[in-house]
Amino acid sequence: MILKALSEARGVSGDEQEVRAIIRDAIRDVVDEAKTDTIGNLLAVKHGTGRDRLRVMISAHMDEVGLMITGHSSDGLLEVRSVGGLDPRVLPGSLWDVGPDRLPGVIGIKPIHLLENGESEKVADIENLYVDIGATGKNEAQKLVPVGTTGTFATRFREMGPTVSGKAFDDRAGCAVLVELLRAVAPVTCDIHAAFTVQEEVGLRGAHVAAYAVEPECAFALEGTIADDLPKNKKGTSPTTELGKGPAITVMDRSFMADRRLLALVRDTANELKIPYQIKQPGVGGTDSGAIHMSREGVPSITLSVPCRYIHSPVALLNLSDFANTVRLLQESIMCLSRDTLRREQ
Amino acid sequence: MDVVPLLKQLSETRGIAGQEAPVRDFIRTTWEPFLDSFSQDKLGSLIALKQGIGPEPRPKLMLAAHMDEIGLIVTGLEQEFLRIGRVGGTDARVLLGLEVIVHGTRDLPGIIATRPPHVLSRADRKKAVPWEEIFIDAGLPEDEVHALVSVGDLVSIRREMAELKNGRVAGKALDDRACVATVTLVLEQLARMKHIADVFAVATVQEETGLKGAMASAYGTAPDLAIALDVTFGKQPGTPDAETFALGAGPTIGLGPNFHPKLVARLKKVAGHHEIPHAVEPNPGRSGTDAWAIQVAREGVPTALLSIPVRYMHQPVETLDSQDVERTARLLAAFIADLQGDFLEELTWGENQKESE
Repeated sequence: MILKALSEARGVSGDEQEVRAIIRDAIRDVVDEAKTDTIGNLLAVKHGTGRDRLRVMISAHMDEVGLMITGHSSDGLLEVRSVGGLDPRVLPGSLWDVGPDRLPGVIGIKPIHLLENGESEKVADIENLYVDIGATGKNEAQKLVPVGTTGTFATRFREMGPTVSGKAFDDRAGCAVLVELLRAVAPVTCDIHAAFTVQEEVGLRGAHVAAYAVEPECAFALEGTIADDLPKNKKGTSPTTELGKGPAITVMDRSFMADRRLLALVRDTANELKIPYQIKQPGVGGTDSGAIHMSREGVPSITLSVPCRYIHSPVALLNLSDFANTVRLLQESIMCLSRDTLRREQ
Repeated sequence: MDVVPLLKQLSETRGIAGQEAPVRDFIRTTWEPFLDSFSQDKLGSLIALKQGIGPEPRPKLMLAAHMDEIGLIVTGLEQEFLRIGRVGGTDARVLLGLEVIVHGTRDLPGIIATRPPHVLSRADRKKAVPWEEIFIDAGLPEDEVHALVSVGDLVSIRREMAELKNGRVAGKALDDRACVATVTLVLEQLARMKHIADVFAVATVQEETGLKGAMASAYGTAPDLAIALDVTFGKQPGTPDAETFALGAGPTIGLGPNFHPKLVARLKKVAGHHEIPHAVEPNPGRSGTDAWAIQVAREGVPTALLSIPVRYMHQPVETLDSQDVERTARLLAAFIADLQGDFLEELTWGENQKESE
C-alpha cells in the first residue's frame, strides 16, 4: 500500500522532496505529463477520453507538520520551533528523525519527581523544549544539525486489522487517494490535473500557485481530516467526523464554502451507489480548497476527506474501508462530472 | 559484552512492576554463563550467586538493580476505547501520541488517543490532559476490543531504543535496566577475577510500586553488605543544579542516612585509586531506591547506592551515556576484587568489642 511509503517519508512544509519523489515514481506510468513547479508542487495531467474536455483539478498536500531547528544550546541540545500547527501537548516523550540523514533525537521534559506545585497541569511551550541528539557541545550540534534543518516524528506505519496507523496521514492519506485514482484503469472523460501541493500547513501556499497555473474549471481537494470521536465528558460535543462511517464531505469549513453543484454531484453519486459518507461538522479546519476556490476568477471547489484520528500527533489512525470508499466516491463522482454539472443553477 | 546492544535489549523487553517475567527470562539467559546458581524468590526477584574463593563463612555481598519498569493498566472499557491508570510513577504529560502494547488475551497494538489541537480552545491546548480524559485506541471495533481486553490488563510503552551521538542512548525503562546492564558487566568481569566474597546479584521486582522486591530479597539473601544500583537525575534544562548530575561524568555515590559511611568511603577510595570519574550525591533522607528497603532488612544491612545519571526520568526517552554504565561496572568490579573478609569488621563502626572466635 502506497500509504505506508508516503507516511514514513519526511516532508515538513518546504522540505517535501522525499514525498514528491515517491509520488513521481508511483504515477510515472499512468499520467500523460508530470512536472515540478517553482514552489515544489508536483503537477500531473491525465487526459480524458472526451472532446472539449473539462479541466478538473484534484489536489492533495504533500507536506506535514514538524519541527525546524532554530538554534543550539551550550550543552549541545537543539532549539526548535513548530512548522505548521504542531500540538505542544504531544511533544514531551517523542522520538524524532532530524534532517535528511534521520539523526535520532528525543524531546524530554523535567522529570515528574522534580515538579513543583501546579507544574504537572501545565504544557511546556515549545520555546522551552529541546531535541536531544546526544551532542555534548554547541559546536558539535551545529556541525551535525545546521539551523533550518527540519525534523519529523519517527513513526512507523502499522497495520492494525481494519485500521492502519502512522504519522502524517494529514495529508498523505489524501495523496494516496489521488495516486489510487490516477492508477485506476477506468477511463474518464475530463482531464484530471493532479496537484500534489506543498506548504499547506503553513498557509495553503502551494495550492495557491498550483490553482493559478492549472486554471481549472472545478476542483476537488483531498484531505486526511479530523475525526474527534473519542468519548467525551461534555455531552453534545461534535466528533467533527467519525471513523468507519465513510468519506467526509465538507460543506463549509474555516477556509471556504463548498460549491453546491459539486456537493449535489458527490452526494447523489454516493446515494445512488450506496457508498457510505458523512458530512463533516461545518466550521472546523481548512484545506487547499480555501486557496483554490479563490484562484483567478474563482473555481467551484469541494473537499473530500478520509477521517483520521489523532492528526498533527506522532501517530494517526484511519479505517481502511473509509480509505477505499473515498477513492471510490471520488472516482465515481468524476465519472459523472461534466460541464453540464456546472451549468446547473447554484 | 557490548553495552549498547545489551541496553537496547533490556530497554525494549517488557517487565512492568508485578509482571516482570519477560525481562526476568532475558536477564536469566544473559547472566547464565557467569554464575554458579540461580533462584527466584516468592515475589519474583531473580537471585544469582557468584561464589567467592574465601574461606567459609564468606562475606555475602548483595548487588540490587530493579528489573521492573513503570507502565499502564486498563481501568475501564468505553465503546472501543480503553481507560487507563498508571503502574508506578508514569507521567501523564508524556503519554499523548505514544504507541503502546495492550497485553490482553493477546498483545494488541494501541495508540494513546489525543484530541486534535484544531478542536480545542486556546486554554485547553495549554492544559495537560488529566488521566480521566486519556484513552487507548486499539484500532479495532468495540466487540473485538471487549472480547480481547479486560480491566486489569497491563499496557506497556512501545518504544525502540534510539542510539544518539557520543554513545548516548534514549529509550524506555532505562530506569533501571541501565543498572541491570551494569550488573551484567560486573558479572562478566568477575568471571575472570578472583574475589573473596559471595556475590548475590539480585534483579528485584516492584521497585516502582514501593521497593517490594528489595525488601523481600534482602530478607531472603541476608547479606552482610549491599550495594543498590539505580538511576539519578541527569542535568537538563529547567532542573536545579544541586539535584542533577552531568551525563558522561560517571556514577554518583550516595551520601546520607541511607548509606553506611564506611562503605561509602571505600567506594570513593576505590574509584579514586582506579581513576574512575564519579560524583558524590548527597541525599538527606529517603533515597527512593532499593537501598532504602535493604538497609533495614532483618537486623540491618550496611548499604550503599551507585546511581547513573539519566535525563527525562520516567519518560519514554530516558537518556544516558553508555560510558557511565561501563564506568559503574568497573567501579563495582574493582570494589568486589578488593573486598577482604576483615572489611566487615570496619563496618561495625569500631565501637563494639570484637567477638572471640
